[in-house]
Amino acid sequence: MNRLALAAVAAAALALVGCAAQPSAEPSATADSLEGSITVFAAASLKTTFTDLAERFEAEHPATTVGLNFAGSSDLVTQITEGAPADVFASADSKNMTTLTDAALNAGDPVDFATNVLEIAVPPGNPAGIESFADLANPDVKLVICAPAVPCGAATVTVETAAGVDLAPVSEESAVTDVLGKVTSGEADAGLVYVTDVIGAGDAVEGIGFDESAEAVNTYPIVALDDSAAPDVAQAFVDFVAGATGQKVLAAAGFGTP
Amino acid sequence: MRPADGYAGVPRWVAAVAVVGALFVLLPLAAMVTRVNWGQFVPLVTSEASVAALLLSLRTSLAATVLCIVFGVPMALVLARSAFRGQKILRSLVLLPLVLPPVVGGIALLYTFGRRGLIGQPLEAFGVSIAFSTTAVVLAQTFVALPFLVLSLEGALRTVGTRYEAVGATLGARPTTVLRRITLPLVLPALVSGSVLSFARALGEFGATLTFAGSLQGTTRTLPLEIYLQRETSPDTAVALSLVLVVVAVVVVSIAHQAGSTKYLRGAL
Repeated sequence: MNRLALAAVAAAALALVGCAAQPSAEPSATADSLEGSITVFAAASLKTTFTDLAERFEAEHPATTVGLNFAGSSDLVTQITEGAPADVFASADSKNMTTLTDAALNAGDPVDFATNVLEIAVPPGNPAGIESFADLANPDVKLVICAPAVPCGAATVTVETAAGVDLAPVSEESAVTDVLGKVTSGEADAGLVYVTDVIGAGDAVEGIGFDESAEAVNTYPIVALDDSAAPDVAQAFVDFVAGATGQKVLAAAGFGTP
Repeated sequence: MRPADGYAGVPRWVAAVAVVGALFVLLPLAAMVTRVNWGQFVPLVTSEASVAALLLSLRTSLAATVLCIVFGVPMALVLARSAFRGQKILRSLVLLPLVLPPVVGGIALLYTFGRRGLIGQPLEAFGVSIAFSTTAVVLAQTFVALPFLVLSLEGALRTVGTRYEAVGATLGARPTTVLRRITLPLVLPALVSGSVLSFARALGEFGATLTFAGSLQGTTRTLPLEIYLQRETSPDTAVALSLVLVVVAVVVVSIAHQAGSTKYLRGAL
């Protein structure tokens, strides 16, 4: 009896802390049957939002625990196909999701839950005076972009072609976080990263939007995986991310709706 | 198997544990070899990007090894042949890159030679920019490889002792002559094996380069960085290039082992 009361208090406290702005979450009222723990493999760019969403999900369903593993989408697919125990996979692009569905490791069809576009990131004060996408082609500007092999680099190539601008970067990084790091440290004058990275970096960088970014919209799909020990929890988490709460949290971080 | 005196010296259970340890090291390598796409091996490792990465790696590792010898030999001599306050602490600090995660080394280098770094900022005023250049790669490699040379050379200097040097000095040789004619020839095998180890460490450098130098084909994208990138799109290329690195490492380690053996040491004397 005591333990139950304690659990209820803890859940209520969590709900209060986790989502003061979300009165719809009433764990005591649902008395839901969801129980078990799941591990969510999510793209690195989802770190902040999914950490938040996992806490909110656990608050709504007190008998569940959500473990999180963040890495580049292709790393995650490799880990899953090599047998890593995952229950949900959220990819930063449809290509890696296709690799996973081709291996028939999914339970159900993937759902697109967010979009992301590129933005120019510059150090505070914009020392190189970048104003447009065309300014990036200036040979005096130290530009860092993603390598064409990774999703953000593929998007960069698409935008480059659409804008008819020939970029000459000083470095082609293998992860968008490395591009951001070069900009926040002031080593680079400009970098091409996702809108969400600019928002997530706070005051460390300034973002400059450009029209051509609409040419390369990255779509994020999510799917529950086959072979899960708690398939109903996994599917519930997928629905949660695609649902109202998930969309609100993602929108606040700068993600677009698919 | 048994040594000539008939005493094996190693209990069977120790040997059994040793076999498990050896398997732990060798199995992952064997597992990697099983994934190599042999039909495509040659085209994969001779692609333009692969060759550019391999050549850059060899070039920068060689330059880093030269820097390691130039600065490492005096460092080892000072640490082994002189006594001063704080020497023990200095030795621990100098060997720090050996145990430091390379990415930490990269961050430290960034704050030293980067555009807003301690030395980088004044250099920038003179129009010298190190970040994103091949020089940055060499600096990162030297940083992580230097302790290997200092460590192996200092150990050898302590082992050979100062007996011959003292005799030379009493016969009227100046310190520089003693160094050139007695000390260095004595520790030559250790110098060779230390240099080879430094070269191998420089060749494998990844974290500090990625953090500090960036990644651009032909300028800063060394073989380990190319492998890391290729893994995204072409795991076959990544595995093939990994095998190339393993082969180079095996060759290098066996050279170092040969150079460090007593047979070679006697030959050098």
